[in-house]
Amino acid sequence: MLATFKIGGVHPPENKLSAKEGIKVLPVPEQVIIPLSQHIGAPATPVVGKGETVKIGQLIAKAEGFVSANVHSSVSGKVVAVDNYIDASGFSKPSITIQVEGKEWEEDIIISSRLECNITYTKDEILKMIADAGIVGMGGATFPTKVKLSPPPGSKAEVLIINGVECEPYLTSDHRVMLEKAEEVIVGVQILMKVLGVNQAIIGIENNKKDAIEKLQAITEKKIGIIVMPLKVKYPQGGEKQLIKAAVGKSVPSGGLPIAVGAVVQNVGTALAVYEAVMKKKPLIERVVTITGKSVKNPGNYLCRIGTPISKLIEAAGGMPDDATKVIGGGPMMGRAMTNIEAPITKGTSGILIMSGKEGIRNEIKTCIRCSKCVSACPMGLEPYLLRTLSENGMLEECEKEKIMDCIECGSCSYTCPACLPLLDYIRLGKGKTGAMIRSRKK
Amino acid sequence: MNTLIISPSPHIHGGDSISKNMYGVLIALIPAFICAVIFFGLGAILVTLTSVVACLIFEYLIQKFLLKQTPTIWDGSAIITGVLLAFNVPSNLPLWIIVVGALVAIGIGKMSYGGLGCNVFNPALVGRVFLLISFPVQMTTWQLPEAFALLPDANTGATPLALLKEAFTSGRPVSELAINYKDLFLGNNAGSLGEISVLAMLLGFAYMLIRKIISWHIPIAIFATIFVFGGILHLIDPTHYITPVFHLMTGGVMLGAIFMATDYVTSPMSHKGMIIFGIGIGVLTVVIRIFGAYPEGMSFAILIMNAFVPLINRYFKPQRF
Repeated sequence: MLATFKIGGVHPPENKLSAKEGIKVLPVPEQVIIPLSQHIGAPATPVVGKGETVKIGQLIAKAEGFVSANVHSSVSGKVVAVDNYIDASGFSKPSITIQVEGKEWEEDIIISSRLECNITYTKDEILKMIADAGIVGMGGATFPTKVKLSPPPGSKAEVLIINGVECEPYLTSDHRVMLEKAEEVIVGVQILMKVLGVNQAIIGIENNKKDAIEKLQAITEKKIGIIVMPLKVKYPQGGEKQLIKAAVGKSVPSGGLPIAVGAVVQNVGTALAVYEAVMKKKPLIERVVTITGKSVKNPGNYLCRIGTPISKLIEAAGGMPDDATKVIGGGPMMGRAMTNIEAPITKGTSGILIMSGKEGIRNEIKTCIRCSKCVSACPMGLEPYLLRTLSENGMLEECEKEKIMDCIECGSCSYTCPACLPLLDYIRLGKGKTGAMIRSRKK
Repeated sequence: MNTLIISPSPHIHGGDSISKNMYGVLIALIPAFICAVIFFGLGAILVTLTSVVACLIFEYLIQKFLLKQTPTIWDGSAIITGVLLAFNVPSNLPLWIIVVGALVAIGIGKMSYGGLGCNVFNPALVGRVFLLISFPVQMTTWQLPEAFALLPDANTGATPLALLKEAFTSGRPVSELAINYKDLFLGNNAGSLGEISVLAMLLGFAYMLIRKIISWHIPIAIFATIFVFGGILHLIDPTHYITPVFHLMTGGVMLGAIFMATDYVTSPMSHKGMIIFGIGIGVLTVVIRIFGAYPEGMSFAILIMNAFVPLINRYFKPQRF
């Protein structure tokens, strides 16, 4: 029997429409908008001004503080604005707009696609290169990778877990990266192992990606310490805590970080970015993005420059379907509905999903019949029906007691609810307020 | 291009709905209904039909005129209450009595609490127990089964549990009771019209498990408790206490454990809580059957444990990550 996590979980239809589509390069647009905050933490500070010319891979904004990430130009051209721009969430965020001219690369970057696998750098050199390249978690959480690779004093990583689960329906970007950039990903894994000083890495992949499992198993056969582990298909296995449970059987304690059980989890896309940063000196300026949806003409996977307007990606896939009702950044379970398709692709954009017609519209809400299906579905062992009521009534102390802060917002409760109650909406609201209450208590 | 919709995640829904679950339960009750018709003929059909129609009408009237809501009678829940109420009464019950039962079940058992999802006690059982206390003679006059007769002879007789009670109270050894397990399994015995066949109940149980309408926890906890508790008593004194298998196969144990105790609204939320709930029902059923005044205790056991559900929910939380 294949390993998986123990509590809860759901099985949404996979709908991996673009699984067989090879990665294509999306043409460089005329203009890119590069947000300064593509990561969790403080926005980066711009180091270029309006009118300056920049090269591909040039640093345009510097990390501000410990939890932050550098931002680089993904094109060569002229900075036309350092200003606020409405991003996909509908909020105005500081961004740098660059008009594309020519294609001049920063000198240090090695453009050839030759595989480099001789890791000669020390741990500290590698950490600095990862930080300089502005790498963040590419699974969508966008936590600066350098921070994740620096365990707090007193804790020691024992195992590196690589997240190739891609449990979100529709998304296939990690799948294609594992298939087409397998060698590079494995070198990236070896680099990460060196940084963490661990002898063991487990690559967790759900069993619906058999070709990627076979490919990586073939490559890692002779590599000591790297195991490719097929996992039973179950959402939300890509959640950090669920993946750790599935891969090594350990439970991260409530409120704790993976390092508490000696684990560090990195996405396969991040491993690829680390390879490119260390072996090719290439900062994080492009990523693979899935464009998909049932009425999208040509669902596919594209290598996109960071800052490319999402509308360009939609055009490449055959244009916006006439009956589109919702555009989602990410997958259907955890992705965000977009307010603006001119918003740019960022470091955390794993896919663009277009929903059509009724698909994009929520079902009518009925009353709770206390069927307890949400309790059975919750992968954190919480009681969504109860948290919803507590949150709705502003009972924040009780919310805290019932572990609302443990919610990973996977959406399994709302997905399961026969009454179509927006359970997660209420829980998210309560979580925000409870978090604020806890923070104010500490002051 | 259309205006785009913005809403928080998740953006897809599993497609489950209240009515899918309710109609699923009704499908699971079909084998029991077929058995009832085979052994009790037209009476079973009339009682069930009257009960369902009465429940639907009362729910409609109360929602529309008393609560001023949009009636939701077709969500399936009122039909289930009607069917289960009918399944818990004799097939020869006068029809006006079943209408009174339906009014109590829907009016007091369900709507007085605020309707679907708010009631504390299983509505069908509230109706059933009300009838049992108000009309004890009619509620315990049992039609004897007669296979494949549309209009069976008006012969009445005792249920297996009533025979057991009689033997127990008169001090005769229960081991002398003639038990025909095949009849108990297939349904060829006197009893409430929907509870007679163990086979039909188990078919419905299997169907609901496969469709994931209910989980196994409550029924299995009840069966195991009755088997163990009844078994211990039987081992202590076989002449006084009957085998636990007899307890499992008679009366409302199957119907109650599979279809009544598992009612979403009135059962606990966590698996741990469901097991505690099931154990409570099992113990109470055996205690009432052996030491109580009534030959059967399933309805009372479920109603009593229903009252503990809020407490169980408070103290038996699901396993946290």
